[in-house]
Amino acid sequence: MPLKPSDIQKKLPDGGKRNCKECGFPTCLAFAMKLVSGGVSLEKCPHLDPEVKEWIIDAITPPIKLVSVGTGERMLTVGEEEVVHRHEKTFLRPPGLAVLISDIETDQAINAKLKRLDEYEFTWVTFKLRADLAVLKFESGSKERYLSVVAGVAREKRPMVLMCEELGTLFAARDLVADQKPLLYPLTNANLEEALPGLKKKVVPVAVRGQNLEEVVAVTTKLRAAGVSEIMIDTSPQNLKEALRDYTLIRRAALTHTFRPLGYPIISFLPLKAEDAAQEALLAAVLVIKYASVIVLSDLHEETLFPLLVHRLSIYTDPRVPLAVEEKVYEIGAPNEVSPVVLTTNFALTYFAVASGVEASKIPGYLGVKGTDGLCVLAAWSTGKFAGETIGPFIKNSGLEGKLKKKRLIIPGLAARIKGEIEDELPGWEVIVGPKEAEELPAFMPKLFAKWKEAEGGTCG
Amino acid sequence: MKEYLETYKGNILEVTFGKEDKTITLGGENTLSFHSFEGKLPHPPLIALEVWDSPPETWPEHLRARFGDVVFSPVAWAKKCLEVYRADLICLYLTSAGTEDVDVPALASRVKELSDALPVPLIVYGVGEKDADTRALKEIAGACAGDAVLLGPVVKENYEEIGRAALEYGHRVIAQSPLDINLAKELNIKLSKFFPKERIVIDPLSSALGYGMEYSFSVMERIKQVAVIYTDNMMKMPMIANVGRDCWKTKEARENAQQGILWEAITTLTLFLAGTNLAVMSSPDSMQLVRKMITQLS
Repeated sequence: MPLKPSDIQKKLPDGGKRNCKECGFPTCLAFAMKLVSGGVSLEKCPHLDPEVKEWIIDAITPPIKLVSVGTGERMLTVGEEEVVHRHEKTFLRPPGLAVLISDIETDQAINAKLKRLDEYEFTWVTFKLRADLAVLKFESGSKERYLSVVAGVAREKRPMVLMCEELGTLFAARDLVADQKPLLYPLTNANLEEALPGLKKKVVPVAVRGQNLEEVVAVTTKLRAAGVSEIMIDTSPQNLKEALRDYTLIRRAALTHTFRPLGYPIISFLPLKAEDAAQEALLAAVLVIKYASVIVLSDLHEETLFPLLVHRLSIYTDPRVPLAVEEKVYEIGAPNEVSPVVLTTNFALTYFAVASGVEASKIPGYLGVKGTDGLCVLAAWSTGKFAGETIGPFIKNSGLEGKLKKKRLIIPGLAARIKGEIEDELPGWEVIVGPKEAEELPAFMPKLFAKWKEAEGGTCG
Repeated sequence: MKEYLETYKGNILEVTFGKEDKTITLGGENTLSFHSFEGKLPHPPLIALEVWDSPPETWPEHLRARFGDVVFSPVAWAKKCLEVYRADLICLYLTSAGTEDVDVPALASRVKELSDALPVPLIVYGVGEKDADTRALKEIAGACAGDAVLLGPVVKENYEEIGRAALEYGHRVIAQSPLDINLAKELNIKLSKFFPKERIVIDPLSSALGYGMEYSFSVMERIKQVAVIYTDNMMKMPMIANVGRDCWKTKEARENAQQGILWEAITTLTLFLAGTNLAVMSSPDSMQLVRKMITQLS
């Protein structure tokens, strides 16, 4: 449950009514508000008894810990999710997609994987989509080999997971790249006691591996007691079914029951059991929905990574906010002075549908996308955002009039009733009512174009 | 970790369709999708491959090539889907029903021919134009009397006419509403005033990855929860998702075969996780991929 500032205020001195200002805020409520949003330390209030202090700290700590791996622009931050089901609010921090690299692979193979990690970038609406990090697995048995691979990956500031069962080598690798905040994996029931002194020397995030939830709880509890708090968890599910059960229970334990030993982001190695890239992408697609925060792929393939990244963006898009594109005139094909102008709104799905309709019609055109706060045609029309008096200035300021010999504007069939308004605002323009569905454009546009051509005796280009 | 398990008071109704010796049952679960750790899911999610009653002119070549010449005959096409690709069942799209010169009785007798030729029950989907669908589906209901076909879509403008015909001739219906849980419930309430709830399947409309799938996901997830967690009797029907149709319209699926297969597979799998009980797909390759995941999840 999200915490209200008034719940905290009640616990402050004199029921939150002392307002002594010693914390630097004008009132206890203002201090409480800042505490909830994480902008101030509780220590600023000198009048709290230890019990109350502990209660407040517990209350203002998010139920799922925020964990960052890496530094700088490529840093991955996950955790602090707030809902079990997406429709309750939104999922907040998309899972990192990782590529697994073993130190027994050849340098050539490793470099090729890193190149794919660095260079596969896809544009989707206004987003640049890409995978996030590398997992470096110690398999060679040679500490030297492992450290040289780690050093190579560190060069481009790629966020990384150091995956090594041998503690001496794991800590040596950490020391090499500690300033880049790698994630250490795995900490287990078996190696924890031995690992603790080394862990405390240079604190970086760690990932716990247990054979089940209970084992994970045992390890995170000890780690927390030892003062290590940036933790991720892996319950070692044997298949997708176990993953779905474990991860669902973890999310519920953390959010519904505020059970802190499971209040950590999940790292999932499951996709390694796939037979090929397509299956791996599908396994990963399930884990994107079902609560994983780092998903480890065996390799990156352009044709499967792109759909997976679009999927991740979709699931982590706030369902309460429509996805919008920029208000401007887009060119489809290579339009010229006799090309038509097709008008629509800036709801991303509408834009996509109309753009691909115009493209499929094979008639080059201008696509005028009027900003409507991401509303579709009908909703934009009914709220007055898609009307003659807003469309007129948009077209006039677009520079289109200077580019066109014939000023012809095709408006959406669903907005047929604003034809007159637009004609009043845009003298000299011919306004044509287009089809109701964008998918009818490929049939509609060539017919219209042929008609124009005929009317003008073939001078239409 | 038993304390984190949940039990649910609600359930999804079982909807059985098809003639006596070849029936299929959807739904019946008393838990959320794939939550076999806290409830029963007696009937696994099913996949129908789609067949059109006219050649699929709008399909990209790499999809159409998977079927070859059979696309000119719905019966041959359906048999290939079942025998070669092992689809669970077949969904016929009445692509010709929307044309002006459609011969409705001839169309209906072709549907009957297909229904008779197949060893599995049939799903029949209209074109989504309320008048054309009313005309075609009423005629088909009569022609396929007793075959217990799953007919749709029925929408708020035509549910009465199609519903009455489906009732008279012993069919099941797909109640379709545009991506809104309240509209879905409203239609179910109206329909179930004269039509048995055990014969209704909900189609809350689905959309393709990147083109609204995330909204379909939330609406479907919500419908399933309203039924299973909050025991809403008017939302207890199983759900259907038409996935292939929308996916293969996208530029991303059309421009690259492998990418297209993933596009459809990820969309379908996502909607299964949200709660659909039955998906209609276009590509046999996408279907195989999704099926492997369903096996892993079940």
